Amino acid sequence: MSLPFLLFFVFAATAVAGALLLILAREPIHSALSLIVVMVALAALYLLLGAEFIAAVQIIVYAGAVMVLFVFVIMLLNAGVEERTNWSKMAKYAGLPLALFLLLELAHWLARSEAGATIANGAASSGQAASTRALSVLLFQQYLFPFEVTSILILIAILGALVLAKRGE
Amino acid sequence: MEFVAQHPILVVSVVKIAVLLFLALTALAYLTWFERKVVAHIQSRWGPYYVGAHGLLQPVADGLKFLFKEELTPSGADKLIYLLAPFLALSLALTTLALIPFGPATINILGHPTNLMIANVDISVLFLFAITSIGVYGVALAGWSSNSKYPLLGSLRSSAQMISYEVSMTISVVGVLLVAGSLNFNEIILRQRGNFFLHWNVIRFDHGAFPQIVGFLCYFTAAIAETNRVPFDLPEGETELVAGFHTEYSSLKFAMFFMAEYANMITVSCLATILFLGGWLSPLPDSWTWQMYLPGAGLLALGIYLAYDTVRYMRGIARPQLAVVTLMALGTGAVCLLPAVASAMLGPFWFLGKVLFILFFYVWTRGTLPRFRYDQLMSFGWKLLLPVSLVNLIVTSFVIVYPLLVKHG
Repeated sequence: MSLPFLLFFVFAATAVAGALLLILAREPIHSALSLIVVMVALAALYLLLGAEFIAAVQIIVYAGAVMVLFVFVIMLLNAGVEERTNWSKMAKYAGLPLALFLLLELAHWLARSEAGATIANGAASSGQAASTRALSVLLFQQYLFPFEVTSILILIAILGALVLAKRGE
Repeated sequence: MEFVAQHPILVVSVVKIAVLLFLALTALAYLTWFERKVVAHIQSRWGPYYVGAHGLLQPVADGLKFLFKEELTPSGADKLIYLLAPFLALSLALTTLALIPFGPATINILGHPTNLMIANVDISVLFLFAITSIGVYGVALAGWSSNSKYPLLGSLRSSAQMISYEVSMTISVVGVLLVAGSLNFNEIILRQRGNFFLHWNVIRFDHGAFPQIVGFLCYFTAAIAETNRVPFDLPEGETELVAGFHTEYSSLKFAMFFMAEYANMITVSCLATILFLGGWLSPLPDSWTWQMYLPGAGLLALGIYLAYDTVRYMRGIARPQLAVVTLMALGTGAVCLLPAVASAMLGPFWFLGKVLFILFFYVWTRGTLPRFRYDQLMSFGWKLLLPVSLVNLIVTSFVIVYPLLVKHG
């Protein structure tokens, strides 16, 4: 058994456990922390696939910036413990079986296809890492226009947020 | 065992991590001694003096004190997160050290050649920022989980400050990345080679480069704020917030926050050394081969001075204590003079020398500057530091791209 193969299962299990905790935890801050665990585990999986840059950006942007905001809001609002409700009839009789069916279907097709094995064997099998240079060449030459349009879109979103925040004063 | 034999990198890494952790934790302990001594001399005091010769055993005494103090958990605290926060802070602060290259030499561990760093990643800079960006959680969660008002206020201030200054810090580093054209620490250092210290990024002015002196100043200012140190230590402003986010922590858990702060200081200084001051490169020309005996000679000189000090000034128990330190300095100095060791030691010698120089600046700032007010801190970060580092970035990229534009029309 190769090392990347072993590590894949470690991080995949961590991600799944984190995702389950995210839903099951009753304290909002525990849910937020579980989400961070999922993000970091995903970053490790990207790393195993040889996508170093994506892994680092995943941690910087999602775990380091987006989730900090989540945690901040939870801390500031001092959100209390969630209330437990009885299962709604819809969720119990239609939702749960459908979700299970979807999961089984996905597992079935992944098990049959080559993709699952390739992912599990990680970068060791493909033998190439997506270099940051190649990525930036793609981003700043081939896809320059969509990139610029996206940045303008984000700028507009920031301005919109500012206007909305200022209106209250 | 077979699995381990197939992956020698595991064994080598574990050995290197153990050695680095031992050295780093010792260095952390003595950094507190160094800081107290320097600040004391700035204020015309002696500083730690009675525990060991020159107070050299003070860190050990402090450590033991932390170990034996009572552990308190405030009522109504979120136990899990309350425990998690100090671990998160310290482990993340120490993890960043894995990315730092200490020297160019190749050494043999258990028959496997390896270099003086734990992880040589292609994008070291990004990984370092990724790890430090998670470091905010240690502070934020500590304040929240304590279930107490001063820690909460302290941690909110601290997280806001860390997030604000992280922006300027990252942007001031981008200038260096443009000049170096790489994200890997070793390559960034190697690009600064040649012409004494005139090729170090902080003053480099040749074709396709622009001196990063403004970037360096921005980086260092932001770094002080990022590590919550004077004059930006608002989160712990004891006159208003008791002790900020770690008010409710006692004993070893408090010690962990304390160590995390010093570990962050060391990491930030290492990064400044690598990016701006040429890392392990020597300020002397490479052709002067005698410089490899400098570390050994320096330690021997220190040993001789300490011997004089022992005989002339020390009395009572302090005399044998300092004698042991003297023998250690002389012994290490003699080992460092062996040619094989001397050539391997040269890189770490310059690297650690530069790091110590920056750490001295840190302590010097603490000894001289008063604390900012909170609104001053925020407006300084966003209205002065960020624009200046942005202008530095724009000017640098223009200087680098302009020759290319002229050439290609």
